[in-house]
Amino acid sequence: MDAILDFTQTLIQISATIAVITVAASVIVLLYRAILGPTNPDRAVALDIIGINLMALAGLIAILLVTTRFNDVVLLIGILLFIGTVALAKFLEKGVIIERDLD
Amino acid sequence: MTRTNDIILRTTTTLIAFILLGFSIYLFFAGHNAPGGGFIGGLMTSAAIILMYMAYGIQAMEKILPINFRQIIPVGLIIAAATGIGGMIFNAPFLTQTFAYFQLPILGKTELATALLFDLGVYLAVVGVTMTIILTIANDRG
Repeated sequence: MDAILDFTQTLIQISATIAVITVAASVIVLLYRAILGPTNPDRAVALDIIGINLMALAGLIAILLVTTRFNDVVLLIGILLFIGTVALAKFLEKGVIIERDLD
Repeated sequence: MTRTNDIILRTTTTLIAFILLGFSIYLFFAGHNAPGGGFIGGLMTSAAIILMYMAYGIQAMEKILPINFRQIIPVGLIIAAATGIGGMIFNAPFLTQTFAYFQLPILGKTELATALLFDLGVYLAVVGVTMTIILTIANDRG
């Protein structure tokens, strides 16, 4: 029984480490688009997906550190990402984020 | 410029604002034994209100939520100071905190601490300051 437990623990650690490396590589590729993107919407979408990768990294690091304290952080990053992307999209489309009157 | 129709943004806002307000209340009450507390709870509440402002505009929101956010800051500060002075009534030093166990109808045996009231003051002050900053900048007519 102990052997199976040890094997599972190493398996989880190895797969989580591989996933962290993969997500980090995708963040580097997205940074290329965020820095060199020809237009501003390119940069906005790249920053949005970097944030989603950040959520994945927080979850994977919670697995590696064997803690549940990061679960709130994942939800928090998602909410802030949504609000930030909506604000950026409104600015790119209309030039103002909070309008005086819409109706 | 033609008027745009943001029906997707408005429909998702009505759903997500509720989730945000519930999450902020959860964070506010979880602060005693888990990550969270008055500061992050207040920031999440103001994030929900800002999302509604972005979707519906200032005029509609002033009709829906007729709160002057500048008046919330002194209310929060008075609550926080009153919890500190409340300890002095019982011959204890300033800002002494205490807790007790109560039998509540639905929750059962619950630990209620006066630190929660101090946290409520922090919460209200954070909401007031954040909303005041953002709405003051947004109202700047260019």
